[in-house]
Amino acid sequence: MKTRLWREPWLWTVTAFSLLLAVPVLLIFSSIFIPQKALWQHLIDTVLSDYVYHSLIIAFSVGALTLLVGTSLAWLVARYEFSGRGALQWLILLPMAMPAYILAYTYTGMLDVAGPLQTQLRAFFNWTYHDYWFPDVRSVGGAILMLSLVLYPYVYMLGRTAFSEQSASFYEASRSMGVSGFAYFCKVAFPLARPAILTGTALAMMEAFADYGTVQYFGISTFTTGIFRTFNGLGNAIGAAQLAAVLTSFVLVLLLIEKHSRRRLRYFHQGQKQQSVKRINLSPIKSFWAVVVCLIPVSLGFIVPCAQLIIWAAERATSQIDAQFVVLIWNSFYLAVSAALIAVSLALLFSYAKRLRSHWLLNSQVQLASLGYAIPGTVIAIGAMLMLSAADEAINALTEAWFDTSVGLIFSGTLVALLLAYSVRFLAVAMHNVEAGLQRIKPSMDDAARSMGLSSFSVLKKVHVPLLRASVLSALLLVFVDVLKELPATLILRPFNFNTLAVRTFELASEERLQDAAVPAITIVMVGLLPVILLTRALESTKHKSSSHA
Amino acid sequence: MKRFLKLVGLVSCISMSALAEAQELNVYSARKEALIKPLLDKFSASSGISVNLVTGKADALITRLKSEGKYSPADILITTDVGRLHRAKEQGLTQAIQTDEFKDLISPNYIDPDNNWIGFTLRARPMMVAPERVDIAQLTRIEDLADEQWRGRICVRSSSNIYNQSLVAAMIAQLGEEQTQSWLNAFVKNFARTPKGGDRDQIKAVVAGQCDVAIANTYYLAGMASDGDEATRDTASKVKVIWPNQQDRGAHVNISGAAITKYAPNPASAQKLVSFMLQEESQEWYAKTNHEYPLRSDVEQSVVLTTFGDFRAEDIDLSQVGELNRQAVVLMDKAGWK
Repeated sequence: MKTRLWREPWLWTVTAFSLLLAVPVLLIFSSIFIPQKALWQHLIDTVLSDYVYHSLIIAFSVGALTLLVGTSLAWLVARYEFSGRGALQWLILLPMAMPAYILAYTYTGMLDVAGPLQTQLRAFFNWTYHDYWFPDVRSVGGAILMLSLVLYPYVYMLGRTAFSEQSASFYEASRSMGVSGFAYFCKVAFPLARPAILTGTALAMMEAFADYGTVQYFGISTFTTGIFRTFNGLGNAIGAAQLAAVLTSFVLVLLLIEKHSRRRLRYFHQGQKQQSVKRINLSPIKSFWAVVVCLIPVSLGFIVPCAQLIIWAAERATSQIDAQFVVLIWNSFYLAVSAALIAVSLALLFSYAKRLRSHWLLNSQVQLASLGYAIPGTVIAIGAMLMLSAADEAINALTEAWFDTSVGLIFSGTLVALLLAYSVRFLAVAMHNVEAGLQRIKPSMDDAARSMGLSSFSVLKKVHVPLLRASVLSALLLVFVDVLKELPATLILRPFNFNTLAVRTFELASEERLQDAAVPAITIVMVGLLPVILLTRALESTKHKSSSHA
Repeated sequence: MKRFLKLVGLVSCISMSALAEAQELNVYSARKEALIKPLLDKFSASSGISVNLVTGKADALITRLKSEGKYSPADILITTDVGRLHRAKEQGLTQAIQTDEFKDLISPNYIDPDNNWIGFTLRARPMMVAPERVDIAQLTRIEDLADEQWRGRICVRSSSNIYNQSLVAAMIAQLGEEQTQSWLNAFVKNFARTPKGGDRDQIKAVVAGQCDVAIANTYYLAGMASDGDEATRDTASKVKVIWPNQQDRGAHVNISGAAITKYAPNPASAQKLVSFMLQEESQEWYAKTNHEYPLRSDVEQSVVLTTFGDFRAEDIDLSQVGELNRQAVVLMDKAGWK
């Protein structure tokens, strides 16, 4: 059935929004048409190989580690029953509330050459610095570890949902054919959950590519630090934009590989009629080891750094907490909530447009609009600033011509600028979740519902909403937490007299006042925890509902 | 979303017109909130001018100023480095400040020749050493650090750091490009570790024994020496400041300062803030709170700073430091300073 696409309201709506979101990114990409030969010659001669090597090694190692940790934990929690599982399944999510740069500050404070541990060791054994070996936190390996510790929940969350939704009939069938245990995981469960797991891994890798706070603090030259250096040190904004364009192309390749790898994989969920697999009870000894395995990443990524932050914060709380601090919390919170609502609404619009009217033009627009995740916040902020300033200038020119008065800056320097930048940056996160959810709904279910005379809106309401609930909730949560932690774009675009927890943390930490920074840092974690807990509750109740349907 | 946009638009229109009537001042500051807000509050209290503040990285603020163009609400740009003030001036984002009343109070080095920027405070970047491991007689000039005897003994932060960029730019201005490059090449070979962390980290690494010499700004050491935490004070007491190049060109210094923006809606208020920042009281506040050197010769430095000893500062035109920033980064890249 061929429809005339240009008559479709879907196309126009999606075009309007995707253009809005793509302009900042396109402004960056347009830089490649202005040759910067001397700059590139200099970069190639000196630092470029470091940028490429470090960015790639960090992103791929983080990908591998999060895949391993996230999938193992997801499988353990989804497949087995052991004491403590109920609490652990959401404890495992906690590191997500911890920004990587705060983890980096904390571990450096504890484990650095001048930190308490090494100082005690030297004093106790009467060593000098050169007498012993100690791993260096501030290294490429350290950065990989820090990033993996806070990013594995992406894989875990998507993987767990995918595993626990797998129908029992697969398991029965496999067992009747003699496939069970590890072979079942490799041959059936993992391939079925692969789209979700790869999505989580791709998200983690994109975060790793775009990370600035951690690598900058550790003194590792990557593309993101290079972008800043080219922009600030060399004063070359075009060159910086070109570096950003190269980084974005890396991620584009990553996305294509991910798409390609699941091209022939089109498994759809059988709906809710099927019984989920019963979890297997573990013996007490095995239970013990399961708890230990679950506790390692959550301890390293959350409990230990939180304890350290609390100790520091306790020393400085009185000097840091005042009426202004409450405003800070409120600013951070409502900004993150607004951004999450906007990003998820856009993601729903785009995914539905793609599902209902699949067309290369639509698909590529959607693809384009969700590129922002790969681009460091700073670069997006500058793109958004250029775009909104131009809009403001046009508006002022109009009002001056018509009413003989100028209205000043309406968009730039207001929250609109911030929300636009967040939408560009985090749409991909929301899209991935919503799409992963939609993919699990078989198109035949739509057809069946439509054949019974339901309008597409009713299909949405009666079939999709209940099935999508979990995916939409996780999309909201991820964007919320991401915005709460976001630093560079907030720093550049925020309005007068407007601060957030992340900005306050960064300012104190970059003044090397780690103890003072601990108070806002721990508050970010606390505010981020709230939705993590709410989400887990909601996911649980979704599950109960669906099992009672069965 | 639409409704929200409308609301935001409406609110900003209303607040714009309301603000236009009150006496006010909009500040873009690269100086962190904790180190500028208290003074701005004092300024508001004494002048009745309400101050709106955005803090951020200097280059981001300059980009924002530029893209906002003639509608920019910003009146004044405060930075912690002369290079950025010069960059703002170079891009045509600033206007002349009336500097006559300050000419007798502060050295002409710290005022732009065209009066487009003016300094508030002074910072020095000397060498800090572990006295028991360093023969102080061997180390009198920063050039000495290129000597082979310092192999594996120097800690310094990354070349992305503006303080290091300014240090190298000042060297280019005084020694020329060739000599600076060959110094850099040898200096980088003497690093004890890949550059990482901030200035305090370099000082701590000296005390921990990872290196013997660090290059850092004095107010970091002064901050550590007067910290609430005893261990930090103890660390600070274990290093000694060496003022380089006292027999020749003087130790490297930089300023924090401000420029009035070209399209400032409230230039008179901005001028008032500049005067306020150079008043004796404000200069004293900075000297005591952040341990920076006051630019006014009649204001005393903080007690901790006096323990580091007196020094002779470089006597160069600071706008050159701004002009040579780019070249400094290129030379540092070539030398392999990460």
